[in-house]
Amino acid sequence: MPETSSQLANIHEKLGAKILQSMDAQGDNVVMLDRSGLRESFRRLKDELSFDLLSDITAVDYWQKQDPRFEVVYQIVSLKSRQRLRLRVAVPENDAAVDSLTPLWRGANFLEREVWDLYGIRFTDHPDLRRILLYDEFHGHPLRKDYPVNLCQPRVPERHVDGTFVDERSRNKLLRLQKTLSSKS
Amino acid sequence: MKAEIPELPTEVMELQMGPSHPATHGTIKFNLKLEGEKVLDCDVEVGFLHRGFDKSCEQATWTQVIPYTDRLNYASSLINNVGYALAVEKLIGAETPPRCQYIRVIISELARLFDHLTCCGMAASELGAITAGFYMIEARELITRIIENLTGARLTVTYVRIGGLKHDLPHDFAEKVTSAFTTIRKLLGDCDRLLSRNRIFLDRLSNVGVISRETALNYSLTGPILRASGVDYDVRKAFPYLVYDQLDFEVPLGSRGDNYDRFLCRMREIDQSMKIVEQALAQLPVGPVWIDDPRFVLPEKEKVYGSIEGLMHHFKIIMEGIQVPAGETYFAVEGGNGELGFYIVSDGGGKPYRLRVRPPCFIAMGAFHEMIKGYMVADIIPTFGMINMIGGECDR
Repeated sequence: MPETSSQLANIHEKLGAKILQSMDAQGDNVVMLDRSGLRESFRRLKDELSFDLLSDITAVDYWQKQDPRFEVVYQIVSLKSRQRLRLRVAVPENDAAVDSLTPLWRGANFLEREVWDLYGIRFTDHPDLRRILLYDEFHGHPLRKDYPVNLCQPRVPERHVDGTFVDERSRNKLLRLQKTLSSKS
Repeated sequence: MKAEIPELPTEVMELQMGPSHPATHGTIKFNLKLEGEKVLDCDVEVGFLHRGFDKSCEQATWTQVIPYTDRLNYASSLINNVGYALAVEKLIGAETPPRCQYIRVIISELARLFDHLTCCGMAASELGAITAGFYMIEARELITRIIENLTGARLTVTYVRIGGLKHDLPHDFAEKVTSAFTTIRKLLGDCDRLLSRNRIFLDRLSNVGVISRETALNYSLTGPILRASGVDYDVRKAFPYLVYDQLDFEVPLGSRGDNYDRFLCRMREIDQSMKIVEQALAQLPVGPVWIDDPRFVLPEKEKVYGSIEGLMHHFKIIMEGIQVPAGETYFAVEGGNGELGFYIVSDGGGKPYRLRVRPPCFIAMGAFHEMIKGYMVADIIPTFGMINMIGGECDR
């Protein structure tokens, strides 16, 4: 389609050397971006090319298939020109970190936390990079391909929360009841 | 003489609301910071229903994933089925026959009706409007009966297949839909009179949970929440799929972005969905519902039991799964709560290499603290109700 190629040409013009490769996959525009200066690239896409909606962030683990092992995948939408764009960023295993997009889109917060939780890819400058779907004591990152599907996790002791309010009255009542019952029998 | 007002202690109280709170239908926890009854901050904890959807899908064949998608947003499982099938078909490069596309539109809209009726009905009954809530649940029950008559199941339907549908519509489908819609319109008229100008309902909903147009976009919100803030983004109009571009419908928009606008958006979308179903039923072409491609379609039973080729063909598709060419794609449909996207990566085998769902209500929960900040604890209930968080989809 001529429309898609003109859009890609626009993106090439704005991002220049940051684009490693661009392609058309089943009618979608896909761009492979350089990991360095990622936030600046996204800022340009957002401000200068009006890609205003960050639709999704996810990752893929190409374990033993590709050399930079991970790929972080972004889907962005331009509401004005009704176009979608998919951006893929290769991330190596030994330095699994990319720029966080939370300064640009606050909606990236939950999405990046999920990628960190399930893939163990860090997002630099993320304000609150905690696990989101799993619990804090979970070992490993389950969507990595080297995480066995039937692996059991160790049992976690009950977490003590400071300042938790426990109503002692109901416990005392129960103890009294037990005492009266035992004295009667 | 000036009355002496004693200095009230203003201490920030931390309150954990959930994970199984009676008024939040869904397992979710809010870690609130309160000043009196005012919410200063809210940290949303999700994941209580996490069951490893993505990982499970990587172990299943392409067809076996369809029942898993039912369990995402179980209030609109038909839309999930359609979205997944369309994403895989996009990767294959197949286009289903027109009759199949029309039926997919019809079932998507029925599922949307189901979803919106659940959301509005539950939100109303949580605010004390039990009668209106029951009216909507009755309307939902009529939709459920149509879905049951069509698919054999009420919630987990597994009706759509890659390249077609499980079977064609039953012969009395159109009549049943027409008679159900007559009753639903009557019930919704009653609900409208009970709710839309009800003083108590209005006071609880309007100017609560306000989110501006810019903030909504910044938080990647989609669906009725984004449209209630005045942004015209509906996947059915922006990136038309199936035969939505041949049908006449409107996208209702709000202006203030509060809970009342969200409620009205959903109520108007119910009307639009019924209109779409009626149009699609009137235009429904005759023909096959399956694509004509033996690589993806199971052979007929006579061939399976009557010829060795048919048996082998059946065996290969069931045991090895359909072979989807290597590649990656993303396809989004308009789900009940927003853009429901499927990002799939195939390495050319019978199983997905990676399957990612863009869950609209997970992303909406990411903006929840922004909606509730500065409001009262009691406002959490309608705000959360109008998001229509479904645990199966939010936590996957």
